[in-house]
This record gives sequence, structure tokens and C-alpha cells, in this order.
Amino acid sequence: MMVEIGQYVFAVLLWPGLLGAAALGFFYLWIARKLNARLQGRRGPPFFQPFFDFVKLLGKETVVPRGVNPALFYALPFIALTATVFGLVIVPVPGHAVASFPGDIILLLYLLEVPVICDVMAGYVSQSIYGQVSAMREALMGLAYNVPLLAAVIAMAQTAHSFRIGTLQSAPFGVVTGLAAIAFLVAVPARLKSNPFSIPNAEQEIVAGAHVEYNSALLAIFELSHALEVVLLFDAFFVLFVPHLDSVLANAALYFLISLGLIVLVTLAAATTARLTVKQAFRFYWVWGGLAAGAAMAAAVIG
Amino acid sequence: MNIFAKLLAVSRRKSPWIYTVNSGSCNGCDIEIGPCVSPRYDGEQIGMLRQGSPKHADILLVTGAMTKRARHAVLEIYAQMPSPKAVVAIGSCPASGNVFAGSPTVDGPLDTFIPVDVWVSGCPPRPQVIIAGVAQAAQLLAEGRTADQQRRAKP
Repeated sequence: MMVEIGQYVFAVLLWPGLLGAAALGFFYLWIARKLNARLQGRRGPPFFQPFFDFVKLLGKETVVPRGVNPALFYALPFIALTATVFGLVIVPVPGHAVASFPGDIILLLYLLEVPVICDVMAGYVSQSIYGQVSAMREALMGLAYNVPLLAAVIAMAQTAHSFRIGTLQSAPFGVVTGLAAIAFLVAVPARLKSNPFSIPNAEQEIVAGAHVEYNSALLAIFELSHALEVVLLFDAFFVLFVPHLDSVLANAALYFLISLGLIVLVTLAAATTARLTVKQAFRFYWVWGGLAAGAAMAAAVIG
Repeated sequence: MNIFAKLLAVSRRKSPWIYTVNSGSCNGCDIEIGPCVSPRYDGEQIGMLRQGSPKHADILLVTGAMTKRARHAVLEIYAQMPSPKAVVAIGSCPASGNVFAGSPTVDGPLDTFIPVDVWVSGCPPRPQVIIAGVAQAAQLLAEGRTADQQRRAKP
């Protein structure tokens, strides 16, 4: 019993939970910033930059805007962080053998959605006009990118006849996997609010998005939760579409390489494109995302 | 100084986020601040990022002679920034009024309204000097020597 509790605590706090994922997430965010800088002909930030930003924000005084419910204002970043950490814990990444239970992929999808809802609420709670515009945009974008994202997961579940991550992971590699992976990849930039779809957090345009009134430690928690979201989304990609290797070491190497590849892809897309309008992004996801989703679903139903 | 205080000091030195306010500048200094984060000067090497909201910023860059119209906005923005914070006055105007000195619409030197930590002189100053000023302000933040930190440290 004590050993089991110890294992849970280890999973939540160290790996694949808070600490390990935070280190990985900050590493990915650094890669994104560095690569972006190099592509623009700059040198870019030092290796520990996301970590320094995080610590510095923790050490600042917190200001709660007048007329804002302080309980809700303080709670939102922590809800986002907690949901993401528990999402990380239910995914069987290398070095973490978790007992798969029926419907855990659905739980994962719900937990992935919680930070988005927290952002939307943060935008409305802040009572800033920019925050409200951002919240509306974020909610709208959710209706767009979830088309290919959910279709990819449903297509995989249809092929494996199961909603268990364990079964999905050991599903045979085929046409459906490829098509569903493409549909998933199409959704990733918008889910991470990275450049062609940086519509909800559009800097220079609506100041700082939903986090405009957030400051200090609360902003730091939101940043951390975003870093963990990156890791969680890559974890989901890894367990759904990448064949599972028997050797633990090879599996860990593959996990790391796939995640690196994904962050490089997302950054390349971000560095080479300009921000779209909500209408254009919506159209993109319902036409091209819809096509990718349709292809994956069709392949799953036929095959 | 324990390890957490040391880590916090290093982080403050390495992560200066700036917010710019124009208090009636001719725009010359504002144009020189832009290149600080461009490929040629790349302030991100020292962690310098331009923020859209004063609530996210550590260092306030003020350009221009303080005009009567802008005074309220500058005071408001300074008050909105969470402590610890630093102020860098960019160009000759905030210090002396420069060519606008004595004008009936100009209210006087910036430090009569908000405490200024670093003065960057020039008309306009070059981007290198602005980055050096931001780096110096970040150093003051790390050492706890900004006017804001010392005012708070007093009993």
C-alpha cells in the first residue's frame, strides 16, 4: 500500500508529472525561441531562459485588478496546472508504466481541454476588453481545431475497437495511423496557439491575450501550465501514432526524438507564416482539417 | 543570502521584460527602441522581451519630455507595474526637457514624478546604449538597489 502511494506521488511530482515535464516543457519552449531567433538571423536566448523567466515571475508582487473576484483569479492558473499534471500522469510514456483503464483516452481529451477553458475564463474574469476579445477568440478556435483533433482520436479508437490508451498504443500500424497522425498534426499549432494560429494570444494586436491582467506568480503558473501542455500534447501524439518499441532505452530515445521533431515542425510553421484572422483560421480548419478528419474516419470505417 | 534568493537575483538579471511609454517624445527614441529586439542588436540574448502589458513588465522605458497631457498616463502605468520594478529614462528629454525645456506644455524632469533608476542620454541614444541601460537596470533589480525596492525595504 505504502509503495503504491509512493509510486503515485513520484508519478505526479517527478516523472512524468510536474518536475520532469516542466524541465522537458521549458526545454521545448527554449528550442522554439532559439530556432525562431536563428531563423530570423538573431542569436536567441540562453538555454535557461524559460526557467529564469519563470523564477523571476514567481518573485514578483501579485496585483489583483479592482472588481475582479480574487478567489477565481487565483484559482484559474492552478486548475489549469493541476489538470495538465494529471493528464501527464495517465499517459504511459517511457519510464512510466501506468495501468490503462477503459476510457482513459477520453479522460485525457477532457484534461487537455481544461487549460483552454481556464484561459477563456481568465479572459472574461479579468474584465479587460482585450482579455474578453481573447477569450472569445480562444473559444471559437476550440470549435475549429477540435474537428481534426477529435477525429484523429476517434479514428484510432475505431480501428482498435477500444478507448484504452494501452490498446491504442499496441494497435497495428497502418493507413489509418498515418491519416489520423496528419489530422492530429494539423490541429497542433492552433492548440499550442503558435503562429499562423496565434489568434487568441495575438501580441501587438490585443496586448497579451487572456493573460493581460495576470501578473507575477499567477502568470508564471500559466506559463508553466503552457509548457506542460506542450509536453502533454506530444505525449498524446507519441502514444497514439508512434509504434511502441520493446527496448525501454530505444523507446525513450524515440519519444525524445519525436517530441523534438514536433517542436521543430511547429516552430518552422510559426517562423514562416503570419497570423491569420479568426475567419481564415476557422475556414482552414473546417475545410483542410475537415478533409484530413474525413480521410482518417473513412479509412477507419473501411479498413 | 540563501540559494533561493541567489536564484531569484540571477533570474531578475537575466530576464528583463520591458514596457515602453511615450510621454510626449518626438518619436526618435521610440524608433531606436524597436531595433533593440531586432536581428542586428537582439536584446533577447540578455532575455530582454518587449511586453504588451505593463503588468508583465519589470522595466519601464520612458521616452520624451513629460508633457502635461501624458503625466497621468505615465503615473498610471508606473502604478500598474508589479514590484520590483525599475525605470529607465531614454534620451535627453526626460532628464532636461532638451529642446522642449521651458515650454508651457512640459511638466519638468521625469524624476520629479516617478523615481528613475537609469538615465540613458542621447538625442536619440543608439540601440546599444539602450540595451546597456536595460542591462544595468536588470543588474540593479538583481541587487535590490532600484528606487522601488529601497522604498519598500524601509520600515
